[in-house]
Amino acid sequence: MFPELNNLLNTTPEGAEQGKLTLLCDAKTDGSFLVHHFLSFYLKANCKVCFVALVQSFSHYNMVGQKLGVSLTTARERGQLVVLEGLKSAVDIFFRPQEEPHPLQFLREANAGDLQPLYAFVRDALEPVDCGEAAWRCPVLLVDDLSVLLSLGVGPVAVLDFVHYCRATVCREWKGNVVALVHDSGDAEDEESDVLLNGLSHQSHLILRAEGLATGFCKDVHGQLRILWRRPLQPTTPRDRSLTYQYKIQDKSVSFFAKGMSPAVL
Amino acid sequence: MAAAGTCGTGTRSTGSMVAAASTNNVTSFQRRGPRASGADSGCSRLVSIAGTRPSVRNGQLLVSTGLPALDQLLGGGLAVGTVLLIEEDKYNIYSPLLFKYFLAEGIVSGHALLVASAKEDPADILQKLPAPLIDDSYKKECDEDVCSHKMEPDIKMKIAWRYQLLPKMEAGPVSSSRFGHYYDISKRIPQELIETSKWHGFFLPEKISSAFNVESCSLTPGYMKLLQFIQNIIYKEGFDGSNPQKKQKNILRIGIQNLGSPLWGDDICCTENCDTSHSLTKFLYILRGLLRTSLSACIITMPTHLIQNKAVIARVTNLSDTVVGLESFIGSEKETNPLYKDYHGLIHIRQIPRLNNLIYDISDVKDLAFKLKKKLFTIEWVQDNYLRQERNIYPPGFSYLLKQKDSAWGEGSLQHSTFLMSFLAKATAFASRLVRHCEPLKQTGSGRIHQAAGPRLWHDGRRQEAQF
Repeated sequence: MFPELNNLLNTTPEGAEQGKLTLLCDAKTDGSFLVHHFLSFYLKANCKVCFVALVQSFSHYNMVGQKLGVSLTTARERGQLVVLEGLKSAVDIFFRPQEEPHPLQFLREANAGDLQPLYAFVRDALEPVDCGEAAWRCPVLLVDDLSVLLSLGVGPVAVLDFVHYCRATVCREWKGNVVALVHDSGDAEDEESDVLLNGLSHQSHLILRAEGLATGFCKDVHGQLRILWRRPLQPTTPRDRSLTYQYKIQDKSVSFFAKGMSPAVL
Repeated sequence: MAAAGTCGTGTRSTGSMVAAASTNNVTSFQRRGPRASGADSGCSRLVSIAGTRPSVRNGQLLVSTGLPALDQLLGGGLAVGTVLLIEEDKYNIYSPLLFKYFLAEGIVSGHALLVASAKEDPADILQKLPAPLIDDSYKKECDEDVCSHKMEPDIKMKIAWRYQLLPKMEAGPVSSSRFGHYYDISKRIPQELIETSKWHGFFLPEKISSAFNVESCSLTPGYMKLLQFIQNIIYKEGFDGSNPQKKQKNILRIGIQNLGSPLWGDDICCTENCDTSHSLTKFLYILRGLLRTSLSACIITMPTHLIQNKAVIARVTNLSDTVVGLESFIGSEKETNPLYKDYHGLIHIRQIPRLNNLIYDISDVKDLAFKLKKKLFTIEWVQDNYLRQERNIYPPGFSYLLKQKDSAWGEGSLQHSTFLMSFLAKATAFASRLVRHCEPLKQTGSGRIHQAAGPRLWHDGRRQEAQF
């Protein structure tokens, strides 16, 4: 969790909003620092998190999480965190066929159908249990990232259906949040990726877009973050507010500053 | 150790291994997964594998790519468990060199090799590897392993007793445990090194001729067979920690040549919209899963310039960890550019992974070019050559005056410039004439010039006007 980003988004772990779909998007740069931020943010906010980690191994997220002040292993042992490790599960299901439906069942099929087994996994993980123990604040689904599903042969419409189902269950029914990372291919003319990105941008309440600088690589400014609030709940607030900041990623945090106001330049 | 008991059930999850290890406070590398942090590796019980070293940033285990210059650009080396993707140059002349360096480094360090190719028999590939250089003049750092050798307690020297303390020098370094070696391309690797090494070959025409009974899975049969072969070797040889009885841990170096080319049965380089468009990306994903759960590192050369669909190139880049692109000057307009006169091509570091960290090591230098000399493959910063030429024409220690084209020779029309400005003036669009203005400043006793350039203002204590 980066305190500066919390200030920009005007949220705190105690007062996190519910029922929102947040879209993380990156273009020409790596936006995975946003995933680490939201993961540690929701763990600190005492929410039950289902993390679909398709890109890196669990220990990678764990190690970055430790730098940000959360321990994913303890959260997993406590039952606060449910992780689907994409890489490990893919190897399991690819080389040893399993009988019961596996969340990544589509890897074995020639024409990947839909993501229903994956949705079933998410639903089972986040179902609120009504027992006497200390309940978690709200369920959160975090996906890193959805573009990998396109690379694995799933169609963009199937991914959009999956997100729709998750939103209906997690956001609307259980008043939780959904956060997903999508890569923007930019000028690579990836039609499937554009369909997915446009569809998700339309549905989401908050869009965080990390872009590389148009002028290329810079040592002191790693990129630009555009924050777009959509669908304000109160009719009196102005619609579609947008802010742009530049950022620099450091070892344990990310510092944000207004455009052109990098400490290296001033 | 108690940790052996929990691992003996054959569970493949490295997570449980790490948990067991941390409760026992064991930092021995044998008990931890390949992605474990070396943050507490200061303790001497850390068992290290030959030919590897922990990264200075996060303790990640690194192996050398065979080119110490490339190791430096990648932040110390290639991390174990990751993929190095080499985007081939147009005529596939220089990328096989990087491939061979990687494999040769594996043989010299004593690692196991897995060579996969659809074009060449792996045994032939291994015969053509470059020979390691043992010449001392190429060693950059002192060889600490030599000092740690046991000394024979034979004759006690009476007079030259200090010489007894010196370590004995190796006659020939067959298996050196130093990180990163230099190779001589003009010579072949000695046969005995290949014979003592452990290698597995995958030659596609041999494997695919057997009847295939694979279920349709949207992976081309070639990729399917290769994945099964790799998984088989990793499991049988115990690189994923499933065989705890193995005493000496080792790294498996996987080399896949020309992945994605039509010889692998993939249409992705032939047409823009092919049926098997997801085959290559699926292969890379499953391969990454295999690598992350085992002690292995992989190099893949891919002819990305042949892939018609740009979206696929972007996806392939996202699915690989480290991506290096080679661009050779043969046949391109850059061949005649004087800036690139001494070089054979450019090398682009397109992507470096962030592993266990928010940040990564990236060098500031972006314009890198490579040169293939008779014996060595070197990587240099392009500007170095240019600046060298500049210094010959405009030596430092003088000051130069800059006159814009078509301006008068009167007062105030000349601008004072130092060596650096003269360098910049060359790059500017307008033509300018540079006039040598004054003699070099007197040398001081130490031989250093205090002022790089300057008009003779304070030399005599009086201001002097410029004389023409």
